This record gives sequence, structure tokens and C-alpha cells, in this order.
Amino acid sequence: MTTATSSPRYQVLPGPEGLLPPSAAAMGVVLPQDGEGLVEGVIVPEAATYKAIAKAMLTRRNPTIFPGPLVVWGWTKHTQEKASVVLELAAEIPGVKIIPMPDYRPIYPKIDPEAVINPCHPNLTIWHNKIEACIFVGVHCHFASVTLKMVRAGTNCYTVALCAEAGHEDAMASLPHCDIEKLQRVTEALRQAKKEGLVPWALTPAGKRELAAEAEQKRKQRKAIATSAPTFAHELVAGLDENEE
Amino acid sequence: MSLDTLKISPGFESYMPKEYVDLVERGPYGRDVKVSEMGTFKEIIEEHPMCAGCAMTLFIRTALIGLPAPEHTVILGTAGCGRLVLSQASIPFIYGNYGDTNGVASGLKRGLEIRFPNQTKDVVVMAGDGGLADIGFSCVMHSWFRKEKFTTVMLDNEVYGNTGGQESGMTNKGMVLKMAPFGKKFEKMDMIGLAKTAGVAYIARLAPTNPTRIANVIRKAVLIAREVGPTYVQAYTSCNIEYAIPTPKVMDDAREVEKDRYGFMEIISDEAKAYLERIEQEKKAKAKAVAASKAGA
Ligand SMILES: Cc1ncc(C[n+]2csc(CCOP(=O)(O)OP(=O)(O)O)c2C)c(N)n1
Ligand code: SF4
Repeated sequence: MTTATSSPRYQVLPGPEGLLPPSAAAMGVVLPQDGEGLVEGVIVPEAATYKAIAKAMLTRRNPTIFPGPLVVWGWTKHTQEKASVVLELAAEIPGVKIIPMPDYRPIYPKIDPEAVINPCHPNLTIWHNKIEACIFVGVHCHFASVTLKMVRAGTNCYTVALCAEAGHEDAMASLPHCDIEKLQRVTEALRQAKKEGLVPWALTPAGKRELAAEAEQKRKQRKAIATSAPTFAHELVAGLDENEE
Repeated sequence: MSLDTLKISPGFESYMPKEYVDLVERGPYGRDVKVSEMGTFKEIIEEHPMCAGCAMTLFIRTALIGLPAPEHTVILGTAGCGRLVLSQASIPFIYGNYGDTNGVASGLKRGLEIRFPNQTKDVVVMAGDGGLADIGFSCVMHSWFRKEKFTTVMLDNEVYGNTGGQESGMTNKGMVLKMAPFGKKFEKMDMIGLAKTAGVAYIARLAPTNPTRIANVIRKAVLIAREVGPTYVQAYTSCNIEYAIPTPKVMDDAREVEKDRYGFMEIISDEAKAYLERIEQEKKAKAKAVAASKAGA
């Protein structure tokens, strides 16, 4: 079993760390085993990881959950169950946003950063929504690794990887083999932290102000779209001539 | 991918982007869609980052409508402009190394047959003229000679569009391009003739002037590849950037080139013809049976 490192050479902290930061693994950060977690590049006991996740998700600005394909597509009983547990977890974070990563196709020329996060440019979604804490869950490992490194390179977002496999060195907090039971323990940790008096960002005066302003801006946008959007019509309404050669 | 994966987890419906909800509710999966129905169903590809007016995007968009079973299709592309749109399509896409698409497709098709013995999986290579006739030439020819059962679609813009205008084997003799300043010294390669020699079961040449025809050709090519053998579609998909075709004139150019040297042409083996007739008859018989059972009910 790997033992805790007392003075890490390399800390995995919110960035921006600049273009092309090294992968944490290349800097000597190793993955945790069962019963452990990884917080900021240091292996800690599992319980301490829950606490760190709860603190980041409750106190930092615009906490967001990014569910990946293994959560949002419910093609098995297991994924459906996992999805409902993720929603329970989200419900414990006041002001939480849920922005999916439904697949890994590139989206060009322009994504809607309020609707989706894409592994080719995850920073765009984080910048646009001013997200300072997030959880990735249900994202396949190779895409999660790329995404986490890009987020660390270009943003000040605290990243949490709830990984069903070995965990992620490039996240600020990561749990390995994060099954439904462990997801539920994260939810429990969020409840416990609030019980112990931690005031969630969304309930602070600053958080309330920001969320109210955002809601108002979205309301105005919706109104503008409703009154100005052109209706799709053209000649396609009538269809093309099927027999034309 | 299979149809089963296209189910949103309960509770996440309201969080999914509109595009994905539309794909689930109005996508072309598990049913036949026609070009004439464009605008009434969610297409596999809509947005793309290619040059405005690029004929290749028009061709690919329409070709994807022709796929007989998009939910059971894997597309293989490579370096070149086409992959920019193909990799964004809602269909599994493999980026082969420049040159090895038909080698990868051969292995993939055989692997899928072993992995899914009860479900036909279609493999379609879509790549540029440089990718298929130049660097990928040997893989293409060998896949044809080995009678590998997949479709090869050449997006023939007669130039290396993605890298700024080098001549390819498919460029016409004498053509002056940005990076072929003295003009090409050799004839355009006769890939149709080579396909014929290799015994390709279905060969088609076309320009993107008729969307219904594009979809029909692709449908035939994919169906024949399932049962009979390799199929090849060569499509003129002009590069308006490297050939300096003004965007509004792209279709005029396609019509002119079609008239001049890229007329619609199909070469189909007897076996492939008989196979197409058989599935057409089976389809009609099935429709008749459904109608009869409805009338009886
Ligand atoms: C092995 C290799 N050699 C060279 C390249 C560089 N390269 C990328 S795209 C391209 C040309 C593409 O031309 P074509 O296949 O005709 O496609 P188009 O862009 O015209 O659609 C080249 C040479 C590469 N990616 N890989
Ligand atoms: S360079 Fe040419 S082929 Fe490539 S996207 Fe632009 S117009 Fe199309």
C-alpha cells in the first residue's frame, strides 16, 4: 500500500497554471488505494477526502457537477441508479449547476457553455459560468485526464474526480473506485458539513447577489430570444423533390 | 453504439442539451429517413467548422442521411478536411492515421463480425483523395483485392485542401495550385478503373448536385458491402478555397464539372444487382404483409 507523502514535491492546486502544465503523475503524484483518497496531490485517508470535497463544493463560487456519459445515458439499471444518486448529491449543494458532458465529440465552431462542457475545451464552460468548484462523475478516464489538465492549466476551478476506476492525479480531490456507496458518502459529508455550520456560498450575501443577477440576465436573454428568433422555414418546409435526378 | 444507449437517465432530461434530446426523440436511428424529410428529423450532423460553402460538407451531410443503419455504423476517417465534420457527427468515428484507413477498416469490420455475430455492423471509410489515392493507396487496393466488406467513399476535391493546396494523384493534369506552381505534370488517377480491376462489387461516381442521388448511392454501397463485397463511391466535392470558387458559385461549378467530366456513373456486379433486387422484394413483401394485417385487424 502506498503511504502518505508528508511533503509533496508537486501540489495539485487550482490554477491557472499556464499553458501545458505537466501531468501530476509525471511530477511524482501517485494514485490512492482503497481506503484512501487524493487531495491536492497528497494521499490522505478516505474520510479526509470526503471532507475536502464537501468544503470545496459548499464554499467555492458557482459549484457545478459535470456528469459524463456513464451517468447521463441510462442504458443499464446501474447507470440509471448512479444517475439518481448523483442527483441526490447535487441536491445537497445550494445553487449547484448541472452541466453535462454527454459525449466526447468536438463541438465547433461554437459551444453553448451554459448547456454543455466538452473535453476539447472544458475551460470555456468554466470561464463562462465562473465556476470555482466542480465534480466530474461518469467521464471515461482518458477524457477526464485531458479535461482535468486543461482545467488546471487555464482556470482557478477546484476539480473533484469521482472516478469508478483508479482515481485521477490531475484532480484536486479524487476518490478511487467511487461506486454508489462512496457517492452516497459524499452526499452525507455535504450534509454533515452544513450541520457543522459551514455556510454554502449560494447562501452568503455575495452568492445570493451573484445568483440573482444571473437569473435576471437569463430571464432577459430568454425574452430577447423569444421576440427576435427567426423561425426555421425556407423551402425545406415543403421538402425536396424525391424523384429529381 | 446501439439504439439502447440512446436513453437519457431518468431525472437528467431537463439538463441535457437540446441537441441530444432532439437526437433521442427525432433522430434518424432505427428507421428510414429520406432526403425529402430534411428539416423534419434531427440530422446526425448539423454544425461543422469547415469553410463556408464547402461542397464536401454538403456531400457528407446528405451521405449520412443515406446510411441504412446509422446506429450500427462506424465511420473511419483520417487527416484531411472531411474528418472535421465527421468527428462531430453523432456516430462512432475512428481517426485512422493518414494512409491506413482501409487497413484499419478491414480489421474493424472483421472484429465487429466476431464481436456481434447477430447484428450487422456497417463500416464506412470517408477520406480525401490524398488520403485514399496517394498515401493510403496500397491499403485501399489491398482491401479491394481481399474483398473486404466495407464501403470506401472518396471525398475528391482534387487537392490537399487541409494543408493548403498541394496536388494529389486525383488532381487534373496541368492544374496550377498554390503549392503546385508549375502545374501538375501527370494525368488524374483512374481510381474507378482500378476499382473495376480489383473486382469491387459496386462503384459509383457522382457530383453533389442531387441530394437524393447521394443518399441513394450511399445506401446501395453500404448494403452491398454487407453481403457481397467492397464498394467504392467517388464524389466530386470541390474545394472552394484552393480552387478559388466564390461561395455562391460552388453549385454552378459542381454542375459544370459534372457535365464536363464527372457525370453520374454506376458499375454494379451481377451478384450485387441480384442482392439489391432481393432486398427490395423482401421490403415490398414485408410492407404488403403489414398492410394486410392492418386491414384484417
Ligand atoms: C502521415 C501523414 N502525413 C502527412 C500528414 C499531413 N496532412 C494532413 S491533411 C493532409 C492532406 C489532406 O488531403 P486530402 O486527403 O486530399 O484531404 P482534403 O483535406 O483535401 O479533404 C496532409 C498531407 C499527416 N497528417 N499524416
Ligand atoms: S479547405 Fe477546401 S475542402 Fe477544406 S473545408 Fe475549406 S473549402 Fe472545404
